[in-house]
Amino acid sequence: MILPWLILIPFIGGLLCWLGERFGATLPRWIALLTMSLLLGIGLWLWAHGDYTLAPAPGAEPAWTVEYKVLWIERFGISLHLGLDGLSLLMILLTGLLGVLSVLCSWKEIQRHVGFFHLNLMWILGGVVGVFLALDLFLFFFFWEMMLVPMYFLIALWGHSSADGKKTRIYAATKFFIYTQASGLIMLVAILGLVLVNYNTTGVLTFDYSTLLKAELPAGTEYLLMLGFFIAFAVKLPVVPFHSWLPDAHAQAPTAGSVDLAGILLKTAAYGLLRFALPLFPNASAEFAPIAMTLGLIGIFYGAFLAFAQTDIKRLIAFSSVSHMGFVLIGIYSGSQQALQGAVIQMLAHGLSAAALFILSGQLYERLHTRDMRQMGGLWHRIAYLPAISLFFAAASLGLPGTGNFVGEFLILIGSFVSSPWVTVIATSGLVFGSVYSLIMIHRAYFGPAKSDEVLAGMDTREMIMVLGLAGLLILLGVYPQPFLDTSAATMSGVQHWLGTAFTQLASAR
Amino acid sequence: MDLTIQHFIALAPLLITSITTVVVMLAIAWRRNHSQTFLLSTVGLNLALLSIIPTLKVTPLAVTPLLTIDNFACLYMALILVATLACVTLAHAYLGEGKSGKGYPGNREELYLLILMAALGGLVLVCAQHLAGLFIGLELLSVPVYGLVAYAFFNKRSLEGGIKYMVLSAAGSAFLLFGMALLYADAGSLTFSGIGKALAATGMPSLLAQLGLGMMLVGLAFKLSLVPFHLWTPDVYEGAPAPVAAFLATASKVAVFAVVVRLFLISPAASSGVLTTVLSVIAVASILIGNLLALTQSNLKRLLGYSSIAHFGYLLIALVASKGLAMEAIGVYLVTYVITSLGAFGVITLMSSPYNGRDADALYEYRGLFWRRPYLTAVLTVMMLSLAGIPLTAGFIGKFYIIATGVESQLWWLVGALVLGSAIGVFYYLRVMVTLYLIEPNLRRHDAPLNWEQRTGGVMLLAIAILAFVLGVYPQPLLDMVQHAGFQLIG
Repeated sequence: MILPWLILIPFIGGLLCWLGERFGATLPRWIALLTMSLLLGIGLWLWAHGDYTLAPAPGAEPAWTVEYKVLWIERFGISLHLGLDGLSLLMILLTGLLGVLSVLCSWKEIQRHVGFFHLNLMWILGGVVGVFLALDLFLFFFFWEMMLVPMYFLIALWGHSSADGKKTRIYAATKFFIYTQASGLIMLVAILGLVLVNYNTTGVLTFDYSTLLKAELPAGTEYLLMLGFFIAFAVKLPVVPFHSWLPDAHAQAPTAGSVDLAGILLKTAAYGLLRFALPLFPNASAEFAPIAMTLGLIGIFYGAFLAFAQTDIKRLIAFSSVSHMGFVLIGIYSGSQQALQGAVIQMLAHGLSAAALFILSGQLYERLHTRDMRQMGGLWHRIAYLPAISLFFAAASLGLPGTGNFVGEFLILIGSFVSSPWVTVIATSGLVFGSVYSLIMIHRAYFGPAKSDEVLAGMDTREMIMVLGLAGLLILLGVYPQPFLDTSAATMSGVQHWLGTAFTQLASAR
Repeated sequence: MDLTIQHFIALAPLLITSITTVVVMLAIAWRRNHSQTFLLSTVGLNLALLSIIPTLKVTPLAVTPLLTIDNFACLYMALILVATLACVTLAHAYLGEGKSGKGYPGNREELYLLILMAALGGLVLVCAQHLAGLFIGLELLSVPVYGLVAYAFFNKRSLEGGIKYMVLSAAGSAFLLFGMALLYADAGSLTFSGIGKALAATGMPSLLAQLGLGMMLVGLAFKLSLVPFHLWTPDVYEGAPAPVAAFLATASKVAVFAVVVRLFLISPAASSGVLTTVLSVIAVASILIGNLLALTQSNLKRLLGYSSIAHFGYLLIALVASKGLAMEAIGVYLVTYVITSLGAFGVITLMSSPYNGRDADALYEYRGLFWRRPYLTAVLTVMMLSLAGIPLTAGFIGKFYIIATGVESQLWWLVGALVLGSAIGVFYYLRVMVTLYLIEPNLRRHDAPLNWEQRTGGVMLLAIAILAFVLGVYPQPLLDMVQHAGFQLIG
């Protein structure tokens, strides 16, 4: 029964926030903080008490650490089927942690309609938790689409329009919504295709993950269905030709929105690939792997180059996400256990570092009222602590040893070198550009001639706790990633077996 | 043929509605009283709705060669009666209380009379199994609607809408009649099943039959406002008083679509060959043109008009598939669409109530509504999400069914059009939705009366919104109901 509560808690908390608004603006914040802490707490409790050697693997009934199932829509064999394994747990921990942070970072920033803001924030996180737990394809799609609406409101109502007024926040929100909704519908078509193919061969109408894993698919159909899933995940990840919603949405969103987008929402796509696209369609995925890895490479370089060219600090961080997600994509499709584990660490580390960078740029915005780096410069002497901490996270983002990002990227590269050396070599050179844009961001914002000598407010305790906590976690992930690796090991080995077998078959067929 | 008590039970919903019409007419002649007329109409409609329960016990039953009462008919009768009931309730709020001087200045009572007659036409239509029955039902449905659309005749737009609808509708009926005549000349029968047999016997339908079916299609497509016969829709939706627009969008369209389904599925030859291609083209055109034209609208009623064109385009996908899940998909989609449209038009009606010269249908009048009327806005938000087919709302279940049908029958072009259309559609639904939440301007021309929740209309609207939400979360009861509503081929 604990799994439905993980989803329900944010939804109920959100409603309470809305109702609590009439008793003052502070109450919703505390309710939201409590809700998210509860979510994080339950996550940690599950981590301490669960057996994470259980995970779905080929050739057997999928095993889950915790499972919950009740029939929902009988007509289509749809059930409320939730399951937790190591990968979902890590993602839920990340959701809980970033949930707490996004409440904290909007403590001062959001002053209008506080209750409704937190309602939306909580509902996004509830939907995301649902995505991480759903084991019924219909349910998965349900949550996948459901988290869009509150995110849309978050950007459209509390966002910032760009400085030149050309791109409004509503434009960004609508673009985000249409991209994800349209690609989601393509996934729905693919889901229905899979279900009906399974129905035609076995006569059982079901949307259940464990049953559909065993579906026999003709090669051509499998490839098409895989593409349907891939497009939806590629838009969300984002993979380069489908990325154009991301910089707009990130830049225009309020800080909490950016934190959730970069930290969690992008991860739902990587999670979807690992949980659904690869295990359901291993052969097609193996065949598609070179294309996916090429797309990942393009993403790494394209993201890095465009990040370098940005003047808006949030757009810069947004493009850096495109670059980092390119590594994740390569890791996922390389088919080696090491690289898959690396992708998980990279997801966690990117979640933490991108969230921290967005929180820091939010704090800068609160002080300077601009995100334009041309109007910054020389801030090193004007704000206490903030520039130094930014430097730390910029270094983390470029993959400095000692931070989680290094572990992630290193594992991805070393793992994929065996199977695809050329891709790895080219990807490695992408790291250089990572350093370029990270350092240029620090240089433009904090060094050079100052625009004025006025000293700005330093960081208060709340701001300090948030970023130092993240820094601590990032270092922990960098020097002692073993507990995280152990947790996701079983899931990743399952995925690796699916993909590895398919790779072997593909090689022998050629 | 002998009429037994069974036949009367089967006909009960129609009979009760007819009696209500007569009673309401006499009551108006005796004493004009708005509330009394309203009360009589709602009691009659409720009784008709309840009488469907005994009717279900005797179905399927052919009553005269013209009508057949089966589960399919019962489902759609119920849907029409519920929609009519909702429209009547909305009309009561819209026309105003009366004596106080606020509200509609002319005679209020005849509106109910006209709506009841139109509903009766709808009931006849969903039971029709004979071209004559179809035509009687269609005209009984359309003619009162002319009057309804132009009910606020001192308003130029309303009058214009009424005349436009009358002229074009008459032209549509002419096409329909001509088509029927040609079909009769070829098949030698006017019953749906007779036509089906005759067409199946010849193998490939003759040119005459195809021409006849094509012309009938023109007439029916006009009523359903499918592209390219959609030109009247935005003007009539805009001109018609809000509750009438609600009736037009729900009860009227459901009835026509139900009879089209019966006609095309019972006469199988009708759904083969060239006609399927024509239907597919119409579906794609309706989806794309409806959605594209809705993009630029700044009037909520016109926007809903264009969106209804697109929605009936989606429905045609199921009609083209016409196998497997199609019947269920049509039923589920129509139910969810009726709920959603009633909700959306209901909000417009309450925003414009009591009547004061024109309806509150410009989008700017809804700016920042959330911060003034949170419940009313919540209703409209749910409706917009439902129209866009976002999970947690009834509209999603409908769209899910249509996509499932399309994928099942492998109609990839149509499914592609649906995906594209939905992506375009999201844009304008979101535009309406975000308008509701934007910061309040100083302008406050129209507003729902402060105590709108207490009024029957408000309560009903909240119930509709909750229903849309519940069906989106737990659709199983609806699916069970629709699954039992297939039709049997008899006589």
